[in-house]
Amino acid sequence: MDIPRYWRLKSQRYRLQGRRCTDCGSLSFPPRQVCMKCKSRNSEPYEFKGKGKLYSYTTIYQSPDRFEQIIPYVVALVDLEEGVRITAQLTDYFPEQLEIGMDLEMVIRQIYEDGPRGPILYGYKFRPILCPGIES
Amino acid sequence: MSKMMKPSRDVGIVGYGAYIPAYRLPGTEISELWRDGQDNKFLPVKQKSVPGKDEDTTTMSIEAAQNALKRAKINPAKIRAIWVGSESHPYAVKPTGTVVAEVLGIAPDTLAADMEFACKAGTEAMQAGFAFVGSSMGEYALCIGADTAQGRPGDALEYTAAAGGAAFIIGPAEESLAVLEGSYSYVTDTPDFFRRAYQRYPEHGNRFTGEPAYFKHITSSVSALLEELKLKPEDFAYVVFHQPNSKFPLKVGKMLGFSKEQQKYGLLSPSIGNTYAGASVVGLTDILDHAKPGERILISSFGSGAGSDTFSFMVTSKITKAAKLAPKTKTYIDRAIPINYAAYARLRKKIIKE
Repeated sequence: MDIPRYWRLKSQRYRLQGRRCTDCGSLSFPPRQVCMKCKSRNSEPYEFKGKGKLYSYTTIYQSPDRFEQIIPYVVALVDLEEGVRITAQLTDYFPEQLEIGMDLEMVIRQIYEDGPRGPILYGYKFRPILCPGIES
Repeated sequence: MSKMMKPSRDVGIVGYGAYIPAYRLPGTEISELWRDGQDNKFLPVKQKSVPGKDEDTTTMSIEAAQNALKRAKINPAKIRAIWVGSESHPYAVKPTGTVVAEVLGIAPDTLAADMEFACKAGTEAMQAGFAFVGSSMGEYALCIGADTAQGRPGDALEYTAAAGGAAFIIGPAEESLAVLEGSYSYVTDTPDFFRRAYQRYPEHGNRFTGEPAYFKHITSSVSALLEELKLKPEDFAYVVFHQPNSKFPLKVGKMLGFSKEQQKYGLLSPSIGNTYAGASVVGLTDILDHAKPGERILISSFGSGAGSDTFSFMVTSKITKAAKLAPKTKTYIDRAIPINYAAYARLRKKIIKE
């Protein structure tokens, strides 16, 4: 069980909270203490909206042990609206629906159960956008 | 003694939202596997919703609550209580509401607790929410009914045990899209359906679940509230009952004097099954998606064990804008990915590999 780590990372996993450099405005996810662009150490929390486009994806058939329950599953590179590319699992798509460039939105799902006695880890995944007209 | 319950401060629903998983298992799949299709023509529902492999009551509650928040347009930090009613909380000990509160930005200035009363746990949470806001202990309360219902393979309830949920933000009447006119709760000790500790599947009393349980409790509950409010069935534009199958809600509606037309919206069990604590409240969200200002809605839940909560709401002009701010319940109903029994058995963890 890795309870302290689950607890420490909950803001980024539940609310897609990264960092915004207060000197040059660059955004980072996962959050970085030093700005990749201007090397500044000044930053503040920034919540991404959770909307993006599918940049690329792959289907996992041979997984780490803790994801064995859900194989096969799709891991994608998602380009967030704010211009940051992140890695995330995809969920709830029709077979043959996935297409590079398609619109995606973030949802909260079980990532894995830490065994039958451990905690259940929740976090972001992405799915094809449900209602394109509605702003979140 | 007045039987009706109504807080001294006027309260109502400020925001609402639903969530139904994407996967659907047709009843014919169950019938073919366990009964050679013998009951194919008499299925209690056409199909039922099935949660995905990464979904549970917490994740469904989160999305329903996010939709409610989009409609309420309030600062989530002002929500001072979150109650989640379900009989399928992912943890035996650790409230579902703690995760929901953290994800939505409600934590930390809030109450959070799980509620359980079989299929009426969601309306039980609403009763508490109305009392909480009605007594001015807090400005808003988030009340959720959601379930990933457990059906024993081959049992009669496997056809209907489904997944879904609805969330309501309760607040002051002047901000509400539907104002509470009054409510009533009716509870007896009737063991029609139960699940003992550590048991995976519930037990039920077969035909006993009908007359002395479902019909007796709903008719008693609805009749008492109508009498107190001096209202008749025809005063309501819409009515929604707990819906364990397609037949019971129509039958109880007829017994009470409601027409089929009044159940035109909200009767969702034929296409998604019985979402247990979500059943009547998801129906209410579908009605709110279609309701117009000045229309009256009656909702009556039923929870085994047994009890029934009934509420009367008057829809306000705020509904027109609010309904459009989040995905409608029908959007989730129409997002249907059909699966077969094998996929269902895997998704519901009925295949044990050890």
